[in-house]
Amino acid sequence: MLLFFLSSGLFLGWSLGANDAANVFGTAVGSKMVRFKTAAIIASIFVISGAVISGAGASHTLGKLGAVNALGGSFMTALAAGYSVYLMTKYELPVSTSQAIVGAIVGWNFFSGFVTDYKILSKIISTWVICPILSAIFAAVLYLVMRSIFNNVKIHLLMIDSLTRIGLILVGAFGAYSLGANNIANVMGVFVPSVPFREINLGFFTLSGPQQLFLIGGIAISVGIFTYSYKVMKTVGGELLKLSPQAALVVVLAESMVLFVFASQSLSDFVKSLGLPPIPLVPVSSSQAVVGAIIGIGIVRGWRNIRFQVMGKIALGWVATPIAAGVISFVGLFILQNVFGIVVAKKSVYKVEQEFVQFVSDVEIKGDFSKIEGKEFGSYKKLYNQIFPIVGEKDIAALLTSLCEEIDLELNLGKVKKLYSKGLLTREERDLFLKFKTKKFEYKYQFLMEFCRVQGCKLRNYKELREIYKKVEVYLKLLG
Amino acid sequence: MKTLFNSKKLENQIDQFLDAVSQGLIVFLNGVKSYFGEDKEDFAHYLTEISKLESEADKLRRQVENDLYTFSLIPENRGDVLALLEHLDNVIDTAKETLHQFDVEVPDIPLEFADKFIKLAETSCNAGEEIVLAARAFFKDIKSVRDHVHKVYFYEKEADRLSNHLKKDIFRTDMKLSRKIHLRDFTTHVEKISDDAEDVADRLSIYTIKRMI
Repeated sequence: MLLFFLSSGLFLGWSLGANDAANVFGTAVGSKMVRFKTAAIIASIFVISGAVISGAGASHTLGKLGAVNALGGSFMTALAAGYSVYLMTKYELPVSTSQAIVGAIVGWNFFSGFVTDYKILSKIISTWVICPILSAIFAAVLYLVMRSIFNNVKIHLLMIDSLTRIGLILVGAFGAYSLGANNIANVMGVFVPSVPFREINLGFFTLSGPQQLFLIGGIAISVGIFTYSYKVMKTVGGELLKLSPQAALVVVLAESMVLFVFASQSLSDFVKSLGLPPIPLVPVSSSQAVVGAIIGIGIVRGWRNIRFQVMGKIALGWVATPIAAGVISFVGLFILQNVFGIVVAKKSVYKVEQEFVQFVSDVEIKGDFSKIEGKEFGSYKKLYNQIFPIVGEKDIAALLTSLCEEIDLELNLGKVKKLYSKGLLTREERDLFLKFKTKKFEYKYQFLMEFCRVQGCKLRNYKELREIYKKVEVYLKLLG
Repeated sequence: MKTLFNSKKLENQIDQFLDAVSQGLIVFLNGVKSYFGEDKEDFAHYLTEISKLESEADKLRRQVENDLYTFSLIPENRGDVLALLEHLDNVIDTAKETLHQFDVEVPDIPLEFADKFIKLAETSCNAGEEIVLAARAFFKDIKSVRDHVHKVYFYEKEADRLSNHLKKDIFRTDMKLSRKIHLRDFTTHVEKISDDAEDVADRLSIYTIKRMI
């Protein structure tokens, strides 16, 4: 069942691999500078590593826009995005998976009554506009540097050729990494809140739940690269080839840098440490970055080769894609819920009970919760906005808010045994759950407290609480 | 790494090819001079020398063509480079052909024309030398291609002028018409080296614009 729901995301991943890998290796392959097989292998390896290692940032932003919390909903949003990408491609509009998925998520928000965070939405939209512009600036600067090097330093034509080849491979690898890091959020982001994957310890490093999702998504992308991207690479390569291979190298490098900028957590942190506003980590469109870069080079070469129609088409895509995806998503969710009876959204209520306030003070988190004690909140955001000023730290406030979420969980024997027989629980874990005294849980923190009691652990500070919560969250998804 | 190694080898081959063309021109000029000096031994030496150089240039050109395609190097410029080498090859071919005609037909050139013939051969060879330099620049130092190309055009015009004068002089003597025509043909042959060079220069100018990114 899980695989069925994931299928829409995998399809999205496949189409991303088929289409966007061409933005990274299209020229190299189209111009016969690099063999397709080499390009496909390198692209696959780096897309997957980018997705697993740095995919979290952009996916986190999408999560903030709308945490699609039921598998059915995730399925439909990804499907809506995939379908609108297909539709837009059919009408030959430059389409971006990033824009489609954002529209689909907003569609889900509308359908399920969740409040769309317009601050985040406007941040995402402004990034789309900045993306091609930034790409144009990067490309223009890189092109000027490259031109002055190649025209002034005496390098043999054949050496330039070798260097360009090596450059295309290196930049392609970097581009694939950035593509994976930035765009995996489009493919798998909507599944992160709803899929119950457990952390896997591989000895030298651990794969968190989302990372496993990203790995699967990355593999879907690489399947797309191997099965279909050759065709696209030849067309894209042919079109870009009106530029010299050196200029094409600049285009790919500029595009990769833009994708990297909007995906790298460490870069964003670094910018923040300089006292500048942090870079928003948002999935952006690689195709639009490419067009931006080509325009950048065109400007440097004296406004040659610039097709203004293309710019108009991109702007149209900005508007049309998310709207189409949003509408499709809304209608699809309606059908899925009302015709097939599949849960597409879990409505959450948050409440701060007295018991919780006591629990918080035991963990030595200071703050006066009396104002909100006993009150009910309709959404995560509303409670978070109350808790944040009390505790003063983002992470703590986010964790406490999640703990207050109302759940309707009944721990029955049959369910535990079934999960055990499926291999989703270990024998120790099964025994652990069988020891639970309380069987019904109204709030997440109650489950967590019972979990701690049975395990005999005493939480002393926020750090310990966070560690336990990570485990509990997985169990909650499994049992829920 | 493999491409780096291949391109280094190919760079050397192209250089050797250009060396052969350039040496061929020097040998040609010396051959013409020894013909007028009536030093038969010297002339025979230059004749074998230019044949060797010409076949070596051919061999190198084929090797370069082969390697460019086998290792799919410079796909963007491959066609241009091949055309460039083929037309440069014409320069040394013409030189060899002309020297051989001296050997086969033994034209009876009156001594009064010797200086003019030699001057024409020198100018023609100058155009050839410059085009070799221009070709080298095309590979290594794109900006200075122009510096050599304009000299090719200059020497070609000069050779044109010299050959016209020579032909006029030939036809104003009281030699037999058959001899006049024979001498005219040789004037044309010697001049043809500069025409071939000009042909390469035309192509090179376009390739250079294409390559300036």
